[in-house]
Amino acid sequence: MTYLLKHGRVVDPVNGVDGDFDILVKDGRVARVGRDLPAEGVPVREVPRGSIVCPGLIDMHVHLREPGQEHKETVATGTASAVAGGFTAVACMPNTDPVNDSASVTRLILERAAEAGLARVYPIGAVTRGSRGEQLAELGELHAAGCVAVSDDGKPVVTALLMRRAMEYAGMFGMPVIDHCEDPSLKADGVAHEGFNASRLGLRGIPGAAEEIMVDRDVVIAEVTGGRAHIAHMSTRGSLRAVRAGKARGARVTCEVTPHHFTLTDDALEGYDTNVKMNPPLREAADREALIEGIVDGSVDAIATDHAPHHADEKLVEFDRAPFGIVGLETAVPLTFDRLVHTGRISMARFVELLSVNPARILGVTGGSLTEGQPADITVLAPDLAVTIDIGRLRSKSKNTPFGGWSLRGGVAATIVGGRVVFVNPDVAGAQALAGA
Amino acid sequence: MTTQTVTGLKGKHLLGIADLSAEEIGLILETAEAMKEVGARPIKKVPTLRGKTVINLFFEASTRTRTSFEVAEKRLSADTLNIAASTSSVVKGETLVDTALNLEAMAPDMIVMRHASSGACHLLARVCKSRIINAGDGMHEHPTQALLDAFTIREHKGRIGGLKIAIIGDLLHSRVLRSNLLLLGKLGAEVWVAAPPTLMPPDVERFGVHSTTSIDEAVRDADVVMMLRIQLERMQGNFFPSLREYFTVFGMTEERMRRAKPDVIIMHPGPMNRGVEIASEVADGPYSVILNQVANGVAVRMAVLFLLSGASEGDQL
Repeated sequence: MTYLLKHGRVVDPVNGVDGDFDILVKDGRVARVGRDLPAEGVPVREVPRGSIVCPGLIDMHVHLREPGQEHKETVATGTASAVAGGFTAVACMPNTDPVNDSASVTRLILERAAEAGLARVYPIGAVTRGSRGEQLAELGELHAAGCVAVSDDGKPVVTALLMRRAMEYAGMFGMPVIDHCEDPSLKADGVAHEGFNASRLGLRGIPGAAEEIMVDRDVVIAEVTGGRAHIAHMSTRGSLRAVRAGKARGARVTCEVTPHHFTLTDDALEGYDTNVKMNPPLREAADREALIEGIVDGSVDAIATDHAPHHADEKLVEFDRAPFGIVGLETAVPLTFDRLVHTGRISMARFVELLSVNPARILGVTGGSLTEGQPADITVLAPDLAVTIDIGRLRSKSKNTPFGGWSLRGGVAATIVGGRVVFVNPDVAGAQALAGA
Repeated sequence: MTTQTVTGLKGKHLLGIADLSAEEIGLILETAEAMKEVGARPIKKVPTLRGKTVINLFFEASTRTRTSFEVAEKRLSADTLNIAASTSSVVKGETLVDTALNLEAMAPDMIVMRHASSGACHLLARVCKSRIINAGDGMHEHPTQALLDAFTIREHKGRIGGLKIAIIGDLLHSRVLRSNLLLLGKLGAEVWVAAPPTLMPPDVERFGVHSTTSIDEAVRDADVVMMLRIQLERMQGNFFPSLREYFTVFGMTEERMRRAKPDVIIMHPGPMNRGVEIASEVADGPYSVILNQVANGVAVRMAVLFLLSGASEGDQL
């Protein structure tokens, strides 16, 4: 697996690289990055004109649904969706059936990922047994089996004491605790952001405070313990304020925002499309604007999709009975380009930090840079590609997205994992050459 | 009465007041006048909907609304059938969409639905070919209730624009409130709402109404007072400490009614909790039009069924 990637704009902020460079891929690794590298008998693969070549994108928050919910997604279909979306690696949440609270489940996921041979998969273990919020799961065993972080995602770590113990104990293995921040009593049976839209549509509200109280708590516990808290799918301006303040005080806290939260607001609830029902809910315009400011100024560390596949039948029900969540792997890059890059809010270097550098750093996994010697996990982006989201063409087994039919500018040309070209976008002229056909 | 500028309803369904223009509301109310006259005849039946099938699909218990629709349908000569949730296949685990598609296979013309989930009628309208009439969806809308309320107000006051209308009670969980706020707003009333903050919908002012926690402020010089039902189970949710205290702070008494205009009317969509949100003397008092509301419900629903049936073009009543 040796070839020379030629003539791309390489954006690799870790190495301070942004310009026209060639990349020599040798035996699945980045062998050299330089200007006008000589071919010297190595096959040359021309990058499509106008492409951006960057370290492989990493989605640190997805649900692959295997084991137990294979009617929604499998590791194979989820990783196919990932590479089609430009992601060379994903970290998958443990709320499978059974919950990933033991090495045997972790190993099953890794085995399935190896069989699929597409994106890298980093399992996230449960904080507590069965994610029931009572007894710590065997975090050491989970770590040894390959888990890179722990979370009871879908639910918060309910008690402060448990969160404290988890942060202290997980810290021993260098793992962050990823928290789905939500006070269950304030969330109650809410299904939409508490505000005028929910009032108007008669939907039970989930106040921003339900999230903010838990974010505040986690920041304080991170400070007290010196442990690492990562705030999943942050959705409100109050949460951002708490994270900023915590970071300023030196707490080891990081956070992520989803593309749907920086794109949509609760105005989308009109019509009761269950594909705009997610948890946390779409918030109001002031929240969305604050989150974008956080993304711009660096307070937000990562963009993560919270890819949450659900079968069409499960979503074709009354709004309050539908499950929360939408698929996101194949819409993240177009949304980030269209809403953040092409609007001038973020640079390409920041794009790469949010979608590659920081997720790798937070999870402590390889990737995030094109440093010589690193595995050749590379995403080739087509920043000006006209993309129309076609639900019928999604690789994910589930099609629950509110973005069907949206026209966006910016997409993926090809995805390379360990030097292997695992996805080529047929809509990008010249991309086929990357496959070395 | 106002001169109508529209002769039919734009939409195929009646999902909510939100979808109606002021002119369409006017048309429904005008049509209801004629329907009310039908109800006063010795033979209270017209052939307008003969051969049309209407299914009343009720997923929540209802006496008043279901009966009112059924009477309206029968007076228009429609073939009607009633399906109640307890006897339906829903208890066997069938989804709403499957239930609806199965009913639809029998080619009804209209489905009147009540359901506990907000937006359930929107879902039905997306998957069904029949015309859908919302008979109350969760906490969202109850459009025919607001229309019959408007009809009743107009009957007593001759107009709606410019009236001060106070709505008091469990506003948070009320679909009657939401439909009324939209309708009264479109027709230019000055609306005041009063409730404890725990039962006030967030950002309710954005409906264009005044909100207060003082029942006296809401009632002062009001032309119309509309009381909403307090569900007894709200106490368990700590929305207020006790029914006794609720009545003390928000119950409508004769003394409080005196702050309103002398010719005030009092309304209630029912079912009433006497001694909780409304004192019996008020409910049965001279200014009470509560039973007129029920009577007018039939005429208004006849109007809605008629206008949505497609039978309106040149048909005689």
